[in-house]
Parts: sequence; structure tokens; C-alpha cells
Amino acid sequence: MRNKSVIPGFGLTMGFTLLYLSVIVLIPLAALVFKSSGLTWQAFTEAVASQRVAASYRLTFGTSLVAALINGVFGFLVAWVLVRYKFPGRGFIDMLVDLPFALPTAVAGIALTTIYSQNGFLGKPLEAIGIKVAFTPVGITVALIFIGLPFVVRTVQPVLQALDPDVEEAAVCLGATRWQTFTKVLLPALLPALLTGVTSAFARAVGEYGSVVFIAGNMPMKTEITPLLIITKLEQYDYAGAAAIAVVMLIVSFFLLFLISLFQKMERS
Amino acid sequence: MKKISRFIRDFLWIVGSLLTVSVAVLPAPARAADPVTLFNVSYDPTRELYADYNKAFSAYWQSKGGGAVDVKQSHGGSGKQARAVIDGLEADVVTLALAYDIDAIADKSGLLPKDWQAKLPNNSSPYTSTIVFLVRKGNPKAIKDWDDLVKPGVAVVTPNPKTSGGARWNLLAAWGYALKKFGNDEGKAKDFVAALFKNVPVLDSGARGSTTTFVGRGIGDVLLAWENEAFLAVNELGKDKFEIVVPSVSILAEPPVAVVEKNAAKHKTADAAKAYLDYLYSTEGQEIAAKHYYRPRDAAVAAKYASKFPKLNLITIDEVFGGWSKAQPKFFNDGGVFDQIYAK
Repeated sequence: MRNKSVIPGFGLTMGFTLLYLSVIVLIPLAALVFKSSGLTWQAFTEAVASQRVAASYRLTFGTSLVAALINGVFGFLVAWVLVRYKFPGRGFIDMLVDLPFALPTAVAGIALTTIYSQNGFLGKPLEAIGIKVAFTPVGITVALIFIGLPFVVRTVQPVLQALDPDVEEAAVCLGATRWQTFTKVLLPALLPALLTGVTSAFARAVGEYGSVVFIAGNMPMKTEITPLLIITKLEQYDYAGAAAIAVVMLIVSFFLLFLISLFQKMERS
Repeated sequence: MKKISRFIRDFLWIVGSLLTVSVAVLPAPARAADPVTLFNVSYDPTRELYADYNKAFSAYWQSKGGGAVDVKQSHGGSGKQARAVIDGLEADVVTLALAYDIDAIADKSGLLPKDWQAKLPNNSSPYTSTIVFLVRKGNPKAIKDWDDLVKPGVAVVTPNPKTSGGARWNLLAAWGYALKKFGNDEGKAKDFVAALFKNVPVLDSGARGSTTTFVGRGIGDVLLAWENEAFLAVNELGKDKFEIVVPSVSILAEPPVAVVEKNAAKHKTADAAKAYLDYLYSTEGQEIAAKHYYRPRDAAVAAKYASKFPKLNLITIDEVFGGWSKAQPKFFNDGGVFDQIYAK
């Protein structure tokens, strides 16, 4: 603490940090737990484990997982192309990756629904070959892939940049096949970053509301995501029930954050 | 230099964040009492209506020697707006879609008395609306009445009753029709409504979302809509694309208004707030409502605009359902009729 730091005053900055985190994060979360604590244990389990809510967990976590895994594969490819090749328009593509961060999610949702609905630009030909996208879990997955892409690319990219291509060349010189170079040299170095990215994308997807609610169609038991059920509870002024589901989501988020920090530790060691 | 500039940047960032937080958290300082500012918290489709009405009221209030009045508006889903008022949004008046939402404000916050609905004429609803069908030009599926909506192959678009006030009226209107048809047999009414929702391919979260799905994306054969939304869609988007079908029976939707008394007392706007709502019942107020396709209560104004609003048999929520306080839990809360028709 005694070394010269850029920002003066450990006490002052720590004070800011604690106040800031309390106001922004801790107090709202405490209020959430407090609201749901008004429920008896039975009412709590009823609120968080009814048939309909259980169906929404399956949908939310299932589509989020599929979307995160797809992003794991294709986000890695995008990062690879952006780091390892020089080509005209690379800067533009690099910028494009951040678009899902910057775009309001509702805009993304409306745009995706327009494109993928049965009369849309992509939805029509897909419907002709028997694939329905909008208003099905497939559509939800598409929206979640869209919002999750930057997480994977932006975590893998710096690690890949730091990785010297010489190491791969050395591996090849020592007689490794392409597959061996990939699995024995590249993947171990990249895995922690890739896992961090995939988990972040997953965590983001689990809580996503704005873009999904348009493309989901919100059919009970089929395409209702968990955040939507929180909203429906609020519409009947069931604050405690809404808070109860939110607490479950909160616990899941904490678990995911724990995983992310674990992967980051792996990356550093 | 680089370190210093970074320090300055970080410092400004911290100060900026703190300012943002404090501005958001601290109440705005009270302003001078003159001119009067009224805050009207309303629901989504009334945007155009109140934009017009506020101008007219402001002129009226000044002509009465009331001084300048500035009406601020907030619009959103009816339930969401009610929750905002309960949580402390300081509305002087609320003009919402359902009495149930104002009941919730009275129950949970005590900002207005529980008998608020008796304070103004006609259940505190200065204008009414109803649910009609919007179909594509030429009515290719020959949709005439509620019976046609349960036929196989007809796609019906409505928002989700769990999240949309308008969609609750849709379901209740269908239920009311089925009760009449089957001689008050609730089991058959439930089957009817279940068959209707089987024909619904997508349940948007709000009324405007459903209009977009039907009008913009070309999904569905018929849209269940507020009468004023249907008129808006036909007049704004083309008489050559859509037409309105009026069913034999529909429901009388009474969007209620109320002064949020404790807030108005605190802002010293009680007189202006009351006059603001009273003026809705005047000939001028009724004319403005009619122009925006809300059915006027005033007999003379109603007669003048009779050609605009087709006659139909209207059931009311009080007669058939015993009011919102009974209808909401029975139909729309968890485990209610709407949940039952989707549960296996």
C-alpha cells in the first residue's frame, strides 16, 4: 500500500470503491433478497419450481448453453482470422464484432425478428425447407448467439495475439501434424481464455431480455424465458414471487462468476 | 505526462459516475409554485390523445384565470406505469388501461382512497373503447365473428394477457361471447378460449408489438385490437390493406382516470389536477377523445360521432365478471384460466 501509486490516497479511493459498489450493486441485490424473504419456504419453492417456471429454466439455460458453445467455436475462428491474417477491411470487421455491445438489445431483437419471421428475408427460404426460426427456441438461440459473440472474440483475441506463431512453427519442425499442433500446443494455451469467453457469453445470455422477448413469441411452456416470467409476476403485483425467481437467477450468476474467475486463475498460472 | 492524463481521466470518470448516481437518487429541488406543472402517468396508446388534450386543457385553464399550466406525460405498459407510481413516481393524475392497476396503487401505496372509482362519473372512465378485429383487405378468411377465430387454419394475433392489459380485455371479450353462446356454461367457454389460443402463433408482450407482428411482418389472419389502435392502423397504414370487422359481441373497456391525491396535495396541484380530469368530461374533452377514436360518454358528442363507431352488443366487466378484483385472479394470475389452457 505504501508504494507510489498513480491515484493518490488508498483510503480515499477504497472509500469511493466501496461506496460505489454498495450503491450500484450491493444495495439493490440486498433489497432483492429482502423482498423474497417475505415468502414462506413452501411459497418460495412453489414460485421458483412450478411446472411453468421449470420449463422456462430448461429453455433459458438450454438455449444459452447452445448459443455459448456455438460462439465458442465460431468466436474462436473470428478471433483467429482477425489476429493471424492481414487483409483489407480487417479493421472494419474488428469493429463489427463490437456491434452487439453497442446496439440497444431491443433494436437487435426487432431486426432479427423481421429477418427471421416467416415472411422475412431469411425466414421465408428457411420456412420453405421446413425450418422455423422466429417464435421457436431456434430463434431465441440466434438472438443469444448475436449478443454473446463479442464476449468470446474479445477474450480470446489478446491471448492469441500474445501467442508467438514461432511456437507453432517449432512444433511443425519437430514433426507435429496440424491436429497435434492444434490440440497439444494451441489449445492448452487458449483454453482458459476460451472457457472464460464462453462462460461470460453464457452468463450474459441467461439474463438477456430485451432482444429475446421479440423473437421468442412468448408461448407458455414453449418459448417463455425466465426473465419474462419475472415480468409476468410483476404484472400481477406479485413482488415476492418475482424476487424469488430473481434470487434463483442471482445464485446461478454467482456460480457463473465463480467459474469465470476460476478460468481466469488458470489463465494466469 | 501520460500517467497524469490517465489520472485525470480516471478521476473525472469517478466524479462523473458519482454525479450521475447522485442526480439519479436525489429528488429534484422544488420549483416555484407558478406556473403549475401536472404530471400525468398514462398507458401506451393514449400518446396522441393526451398530446392534443393537454394543449386544449392548458388554454381552458388559462381562460379560467388559473395561470399557466404545463402537463408532463409518461407512457408505458399500464401495469408497469402503476408499479412506477407505487414505487414513488410522483404522478398527480393517472390515466391507465385497467381499474385493476389503479386499485393496486390504492392498495399498495395508499396514495389515493380505495373508493377512487366513485369520485368521477361513469366509473371514472371519461371515454371507453372496445375490442374489434383487424383483418387483411377483402377479408380472405371470411372472419365475421368470434366463432371464426377458433376454426382450424385461422391464425389469430394477440399480445400475452400476462404482460398486456389490452390482451386481458381480448380474452374476457371472447369468454363473454362464449358464455352467451353456450348458455353460461363455463366449461364450454374455457374450451372455446383454449381453441382460440391454439390458433395464436405468437404472443407479443404488448399491444403495439402485436400490431407490428400483424401489420409489419404480415403474420396472422386477424388481429385482436383496441378499437382505437385498429382505426389508427387502418388510417395510417392504408385503407387498401386492412379492414375492421366488428364482432356481434364485445366488451366495454373502461380506461379509468384518477387524481393521485397525496401526490397532488404535496405538489399543491389538487385543484388543477381535478380540473384536468373534469375537463375530460366536457364537450371539448369528449370531442378530442372521439377524434382519437375513443368512444365518448357524452350523449350529444356520441350522437355526433355515431357514424364513426359501429353499434355492437357490449358486455361489461362488472356484469359478467364481477369487476377486475375478481377477474384478475380468476383468469390471469398464476394458475388462472389462462395458465390452465396452456397446462397439459
